[in-house]
Amino acid sequence: MTVKTLVKKNSYYDSVTLMIITNDIKKLDGVEEVLVGMGTEHNIALAKDLGLFTSELEGVTANDLIISMKVADEGVFEKAVAKVEELLSSKQEEEEGEEVKPQSIDSAMDANPDANLVLISVPGQFAAREARKALLKDRHVHLFSDNVTIEEELELKKLAHERGLLVMGPDCGTAIINGAALAFANVVAKGPIGIVAASGTGAQETSTIIAKNGSGITQLIGTGGRDLKEAIGGIMMIDGIKALAEDPDTKVILLVSKPPAESVARKVLDVAKETGKPVVVHFIGGTAELVNEYGLVFSESLEDAAVKAVALSKGEEPKDAPEFSIPREKVEEIVKRETEGMKPEQKYIRGLYSGGTLCDEAMLFMTREFGGVYSNAPLSPEFKLEDSLKSKEHTVIDLGEDEFTVGRPHPMIDSTLRAERIEEEAKDPEVAVILLDVVLGYGSNPDPAGSLLDAIKKAKEEATKDGRYLSVVASVCGTEDDPQPLSEQVRKLESAGVVVMPSNIQAVRMAIKIAKRG
Amino acid sequence: MGISIERANKEAIERMQKSQPTLVGLDIAGNVVPGMKKKMILHAGPPITWDRMCGPLKGAVIGGLIYEGLAKNEEEAIELASSGEIEFSPWHHHNGVGPMAGVATYSMPVFIVENTTYGNKAYCTMNEGLGKVLRYGAYDDEVITRLKWMEEELYPVLRDTLKLSGPINLKNLIAQALQMGDECHNRNKAGTSLFIREIAPYLVETDYPEEVKSRVLKFINGNDHFFLNLSMPAGKATTQAAEWIEGSTIVTTMARNGTDFGIRVSGLPEEWFVGPALMVKGLLFPGFTDDDANPDIGDSTITETAGYGGFAMASAPAIVQFVGGTPKDAMNFTLKMYEITAAENDTYKIPYLNFRGTPTGIDIRKVIEKGILPQINTGIAHKKPGIGQVGAGLVNPPENIFEDALRAFVEKYVK
Amino acid sequence: MITISKINETLFGKKLKVINIGLESFAEDLRKQGVKVIEVDWRPPAKGKKELLDLLDKLEALK
Repeated sequence: MTVKTLVKKNSYYDSVTLMIITNDIKKLDGVEEVLVGMGTEHNIALAKDLGLFTSELEGVTANDLIISMKVADEGVFEKAVAKVEELLSSKQEEEEGEEVKPQSIDSAMDANPDANLVLISVPGQFAAREARKALLKDRHVHLFSDNVTIEEELELKKLAHERGLLVMGPDCGTAIINGAALAFANVVAKGPIGIVAASGTGAQETSTIIAKNGSGITQLIGTGGRDLKEAIGGIMMIDGIKALAEDPDTKVILLVSKPPAESVARKVLDVAKETGKPVVVHFIGGTAELVNEYGLVFSESLEDAAVKAVALSKGEEPKDAPEFSIPREKVEEIVKRETEGMKPEQKYIRGLYSGGTLCDEAMLFMTREFGGVYSNAPLSPEFKLEDSLKSKEHTVIDLGEDEFTVGRPHPMIDSTLRAERIEEEAKDPEVAVILLDVVLGYGSNPDPAGSLLDAIKKAKEEATKDGRYLSVVASVCGTEDDPQPLSEQVRKLESAGVVVMPSNIQAVRMAIKIAKRG
Repeated sequence: MGISIERANKEAIERMQKSQPTLVGLDIAGNVVPGMKKKMILHAGPPITWDRMCGPLKGAVIGGLIYEGLAKNEEEAIELASSGEIEFSPWHHHNGVGPMAGVATYSMPVFIVENTTYGNKAYCTMNEGLGKVLRYGAYDDEVITRLKWMEEELYPVLRDTLKLSGPINLKNLIAQALQMGDECHNRNKAGTSLFIREIAPYLVETDYPEEVKSRVLKFINGNDHFFLNLSMPAGKATTQAAEWIEGSTIVTTMARNGTDFGIRVSGLPEEWFVGPALMVKGLLFPGFTDDDANPDIGDSTITETAGYGGFAMASAPAIVQFVGGTPKDAMNFTLKMYEITAAENDTYKIPYLNFRGTPTGIDIRKVIEKGILPQINTGIAHKKPGIGQVGAGLVNPPENIFEDALRAFVEKYVK
Repeated sequence: MITISKINETLFGKKLKVINIGLESFAEDLRKQGVKVIEVDWRPPAKGKKELLDLLDKLEALK
């Protein structure tokens, strides 16, 4: 094995394109390790870690493309480089036929005075700069990028607020504006409910459940995960609420976030109350007291929030969502069937999640049930896994956390890591249930269910060989109108023996029932 | 109290836009070029010493000294050039420009181009033609003889023609040429045609023998790049008007001497920022290889600095026959230049871009921020003196000079 | 001081036209939904060189 490197100066490509190419090249014969990426400090460090750093890499800049590989021989390297060129130029060809793209946000804005939203997903250290330029030219911003400092976030949100503009983010994965799904979002029918969310998959779960219940949304405004921190003070959530208050099509407002500090919560709830419209509040894991104090509607799960919003939009009472939306008998039937072949030592749930908020919801409810749940991102520090790759007792993993996504596509896009983990968990004789979220929509894998089938089948077989039965329970967060139609995805999972529940919280409850044998 | 870059740049651009480069006459360099001396040799590019000069520039210096009568032959010329007795000075320090080696001596005739809006003047010698000529470093008898002819026949005829015709509006000619497939740096056929058409009716009325007038017309007609030596001082006269405005980040000079590439910035008076002149990449004439090429050379980048030349390549798609690429590339080069310039030209318009004005006024901040360097297309000289042009192609300035200029600018203006 | 009407007026009340900077797939997805997208051929400003970015930011104040 030898390490070979090629540097292409002044050849910028976006990170996702390069990751896809890296993955393709890795599959070639004779290629043991490969890095195809821009010459950022981060990638240089990665190259060093992977043993792919050579002297050719001295002095590369973020504008230069690095192709570095551990290969069997020179011939393999040449073939691989040729493949890289082929993949890159097929991208170029798509673009050649079109007009020259603007090379900067300023020239794009100048040439398009009617462009009202700028969607920014460049690396974090450059993102705030671009966002600021957009705000100064009076455009709204969807800031998908993370790794933006909290100081930068505050500056941007203050600037946006002054100018009456929206800054959705940083780290805002999901938004739906004027019916268009932005970044990672689902195709949700139009309807009377407006959502402001400081959580990506929280927004996806509530909006898709609204659609599943026959209703729809006006707008889904994302604020980014830190908006309700004290340092930011909820600037965008408040401006979002006010905008929805003014919007004649929005009849009900739904708020989703992790529990904010009390002072921020009060500011937000105050504004919500002022709107005069019915407001459903879901502070994940929060208590009813504060919400009730303001006369707003409390919800205890994402599904509950969505169901209540739908009810209110029809002028009905916002009753609590039932434990299960499928008939009791059906629930019992499933539990019986799934527990039949289980060995007594099978007692643990292993949740493998791609969505952070869905993972949190699972942890919350499982903690209430079992007293403690291990995780790589636990609710309390004593339940932090020593090794994120080794589950312990009841464990729920957020595979979207940084430790898993550095240099790799997010688990909502690429199922490789999760598939591997499913097979790994199957080897543990104490596991009763594997709990999954399958997130559809734009931005996600073109066939999320399909990409997990192999691993699920193998995992179940592994257990069967060992005289056990491994239950797999999942929920599919999506709609029929998504690029990966909901019913098709559900069918695929069910064909592999997966128990598919209508929502994450119901999947969690089902998993608990199965683990406890009813 | 600080400067406002936006305001300073606005002023610089306005002055460029309002400039009216006009050919008002011809004269001998010694008579009109400020600071000209008998033992001075003017050259293209930033300041340079004899020992660092490239082949073509050295050859041109030798030829210049012989022409001026300061040396009898190559040997004497070299001795004199290296003695320290000869003062080498950039054309840009004397309100002028020179293509390729750009060598000019005291007795050489020059065009006088006046910017009638602001009164400033710029100078340039007349173009000798292609092949074995002084500006490519040739200095044999043929070259000297031709230079003498230009001094003795071409110059007086044109001088007197201008007296009859009156001033010729070069801005107008450039604007028209740009809509006829020229970009006025590497393609000057239309410009030359427009010029000869402009002067011919008066030329025939001058008081010289028929065969003299005939030789003059034939000479201009036989040189497709005759207009270059008018488009260049026109550019110089334009950028001069924008010079030395406090707080401006607009580039007012880009020039090469075959060894170094230098720029000057409006808000940093007189300061040169210098880096290595790079190798031109393009098409070589048959029989020549990359090994034969000299690095980038000449003051002709004043055209890009003034908002045409390589920046107007979208107007001259045929140029790709010489520099390589496709007509679409020519279009894209211009489109890219909009990213690093402050304005679109009021007068120089590109039909293929819906008559959008050419990218005008390079802003060093934008060059750095966007990582886009000014695009130049230019002739390639043989690295050995006296052989001539070996091809044409595309080249950029070296990156570091813009970085250096930015650092100097911040150093000066940010307290 | 906020004029709420700006979000309603210029965003909710108008046709969505997006400028995309970064991941190309986002632009493709918007096009599939019939949204007009302008893609920016973005590259790190100043080639990602921190020193130069700092110099440029210093000049921002002199605008």
